[in-house]
Amino acid sequence: MSEKPMPLWEVFVRARNGTAHRHCGSVHAPDAEMALQAARDLFTRRGEGVSLWVVPSSAIVASDPAEKDMLFEPTASKIYRHPTFYEIPEEVGHM
Amino acid sequence: MSETGNGSELPLFTYTLRLADNALVLGHRLSEWCGKAPILEEEMALANMGLDLIGQARALYTYAGEVEGEGRDEDALAYRRDAFAFRNLLLVEQPNGDFAFTMARQFLYAAFAHPFYRELVASRDATLAAIAAKAEKELAYHLRHAGEWLVRLGDGTEESHRRAQDALDELWMYTGEMFEVDQVERALIERGIAVDPARIGPEWDETVSHVLAEATLQRPRDGWMQTGGRNGRHSEYLGYILAEMQFLQRAYPDARW
Repeated sequence: MSEKPMPLWEVFVRARNGTAHRHCGSVHAPDAEMALQAARDLFTRRGEGVSLWVVPSSAIVASDPAEKDMLFEPTASKIYRHPTFYEIPEEVGHM
Repeated sequence: MSETGNGSELPLFTYTLRLADNALVLGHRLSEWCGKAPILEEEMALANMGLDLIGQARALYTYAGEVEGEGRDEDALAYRRDAFAFRNLLLVEQPNGDFAFTMARQFLYAAFAHPFYRELVASRDATLAAIAAKAEKELAYHLRHAGEWLVRLGDGTEESHRRAQDALDELWMYTGEMFEVDQVERALIERGIAVDPARIGPEWDETVSHVLAEATLQRPRDGWMQTGGRNGRHSEYLGYILAEMQFLQRAYPDARW
């Protein structure tokens, strides 16, 4: 009997309504429905979520670690991109 | 209070105890998979379901102890009764077997227990209704999880199909007991406290037929059905379960940690 390796799925959990789904790990499962159940069983045992996404890991397109200098290093010197040079009027409160 | 179930018990005590024993024994069976499940994901799923059931058992034992009024708490009822005082269905004490067997057992039980607890939410007994409201959601998931697995095992490889069909064939004779009603229950049903299992029958039939059809599994023919667990007549397996489960409380009564 031949067994195919079980596909890997990336799991995203939304903690509360209004927040974004965040990546929290991965599961092995034969198909999408079972991946959702495995994600529920592994990542929401302590009330962590109100919604789940699972995505086939093979669908993820990743940046090349070898290119990280080209892609990410140049931003280090551009501190003006952080919105810390503005004064927030008090009426606005917490942003 | 007699431990032998000689008919002197309060009906509500017996009824609650039956529900509690089903939950505890099946929960214990699932706990036996710890460290042995086929994949990590299923290890967690089985433990989660086991913990759901043991949680249900705790609430039900606590209530049974209150109804009885003899000062027995959940631990006394779980750990200080012998096999003949247990009232669980024979179905739930059947050994785990292979993964297909465990999933088939879980499916057959949940296909009954889910609609059962959904009906029990309307019980005139407020405590049973509250316990049922929590159990109903947990069992809905057990039914889905076990059902989805049964479909994949039945409609999977030649070997998984054979194992799933063997499991159903072997377990089928334990399904009749779920629908039995005795005098204890009849009186409670008439008072709106207990659920009449006859009301569950059609939905159970439909769920089972639907899932088995999708799983390309044959529904076994109804034949002679095993009975006795609800009255304390058990298979040899229950004694072994209790020997392991009760060892600590028997060896070190009232042990705490």
